[in-house]
Amino acid sequence: MFYREAGDFKTSYRADSQTFPIRLDRMGYIAALVVAYAVVPFFIDDYWANAVFVPFLIYAIAAIGLNILVGFAGQVSLGTGGFMAVGAYAVYKLMTGFPEVPFFFHVILAGGVTAFVGVLFGLPSLRIKGFYLAVATLAAQFFLVWLFNKVPWFYNYSASGQITAPDRTMFGIYITGAQTSAVAKYLFCLVILTLVALMARNLTRGTVGRKWMAIRDMDIAAEIIGVNPLSAKVTAFAVSSFFIGIAGALLFSVYLGAAEVGESFGINKSFLVLFMVIIGGLGSIFGSFAGAAFLVLLPVFLKNVLVGALGWPTDVAAHLELMIVGALIVIFLIVEPHGLAQLWRIAKEKLRLWPFPH
Amino acid sequence: MKDMVEGYTTPDGRQIGGVLMELKNITLRFGGVVAIKDISFDIREGEIRAIIGPNGAGKSSMLNVISGFYVPTEGEVWFHGQKRPAMRPYQVARLGIARTFQNIALFDGMSVLDNIMTGRLTLMKSGLLTQAMWWGKAAAEEDEHREKVEKIIDFLEIQNIRKTPVGRLPYGLKKRVELARALAAEPKILLLDEPMAGMNVEEKEDMCRFILDVNDEFGTTTVLIEHDMGVVMDLSDRVVVMDYGRKIGDGPPDEVRNNQDVIDAYLGVAHE
Repeated sequence: MFYREAGDFKTSYRADSQTFPIRLDRMGYIAALVVAYAVVPFFIDDYWANAVFVPFLIYAIAAIGLNILVGFAGQVSLGTGGFMAVGAYAVYKLMTGFPEVPFFFHVILAGGVTAFVGVLFGLPSLRIKGFYLAVATLAAQFFLVWLFNKVPWFYNYSASGQITAPDRTMFGIYITGAQTSAVAKYLFCLVILTLVALMARNLTRGTVGRKWMAIRDMDIAAEIIGVNPLSAKVTAFAVSSFFIGIAGALLFSVYLGAAEVGESFGINKSFLVLFMVIIGGLGSIFGSFAGAAFLVLLPVFLKNVLVGALGWPTDVAAHLELMIVGALIVIFLIVEPHGLAQLWRIAKEKLRLWPFPH
Repeated sequence: MKDMVEGYTTPDGRQIGGVLMELKNITLRFGGVVAIKDISFDIREGEIRAIIGPNGAGKSSMLNVISGFYVPTEGEVWFHGQKRPAMRPYQVARLGIARTFQNIALFDGMSVLDNIMTGRLTLMKSGLLTQAMWWGKAAAEEDEHREKVEKIIDFLEIQNIRKTPVGRLPYGLKKRVELARALAAEPKILLLDEPMAGMNVEEKEDMCRFILDVNDEFGTTTVLIEHDMGVVMDLSDRVVVMDYGRKIGDGPPDEVRNNQDVIDAYLGVAHE
């Protein structure tokens, strides 16, 4: 009743294979875009930007990236933090090395560098699968963090070993550095997230996405029908790392402003993004958004309720948060392995009839 | 049979062409086990060629050799009058050899439509960047191939399930979707590994009709493995009989049916 596809006829294959084939979905997403671009910027302040919106946007990019690899291509990766670090250090070297190039291109290039590194660490995936690949990517995680700590060239020989984002502007407006306004951070990340989500959707609905999913579902059959497993896996690693690198670059330059590799891009980051993908829904772009929103909002929500409303001590609330997140992940894995995206799908199917029985 | 280099006409009046693929002295060993022992036969353009034999005779191994999944220990595969070098299965697929599997090998997480579209992967050309942008060429190519796939969907009468995830389908329909995926590649040779295994009579009849229609409509050369003797004798133009990795018979169904070795292999012989 409330979610209808009846009467929504398609007269061309193009219309049938569009991103949102159902009119109601289409309208919903257009509304969401309008709110995101035209309403939120007028109300956003520093607290909302730093606590909710900017981290959500950046983690959504990372989650889309990881979802392509884990959810669509079926290659487990625990190296997300390391690849985000590659993006962060690449953008840092580019920003300090070529200040005259617009910042936007730095971010894209940092993604490109990460894609290259991702491919290098993805090559073993041709030989090893599942657990063993997870361990191999875990090695990438630790190796990359070690590398950025060990080689002073990466942090421009700064005494603290930290990297600090220099001030950069676009169209005269600060995007990075201390003077950046909440709106500028928000809009910059939003534009990039929109582009990333569109690209991810286009890739996953076409030939490339089908190759990835074929490899995920049954690699032997995929090879028999003509999928080159090497190129399919390598493109998955490349595209995934490209997005994750962009997320790392934004996290460092726009959100944090300064970063120390072990702290900002450690193994915790890998798990955080992996949890987003699992809770949100493997193999779903919408799920990446949902998972990122869930894991970014949950701590904020719990903190407000436990510390703000109930008056508990901060450290108790922090521990409780860990327990709740952990429990939720276990529950999700058992009850709904396809995550929030699947819950949303079921809700939509129910809404087609509700409140009528037939 | 031997002198017909240029092909022959079947009893029902179909014209069979020249030799499309020739298997020469194929031997396949796994360590000490000899799965296939010195087998030679040919596949002619447009014919339905059956491979039969008792369990463990090496039929599936033979199919795996043709589809490039196994590289024969000895012997050569000639395709289109040329020796086929050792290649990976996906390269063989690009030569135009498609197959189905004995235990269905579909992509469970994808819809029927997407599964069949994967069959056309070898024919689709647009690159990563054009697809990421979905501009012009990528979208046009998608539409063009979708149209071809829809024809196959119509042909196999699976219109109503095209958006259903394959994992939810019953067995008989899965078999049909797998045939659709193989057909989508517009193969020169279609390999069917027990297309009727585990089906009831009605589903078997449907499947037989599809195999005959495919051969009739697209002129697809078909190689099939099947246990149901009635089906094999009705469908196929020529039959290869295998037993313990050896070839014990080769020829039209009627000839094979009366071959003493074949009867022995199937019914067993009394040992003195």
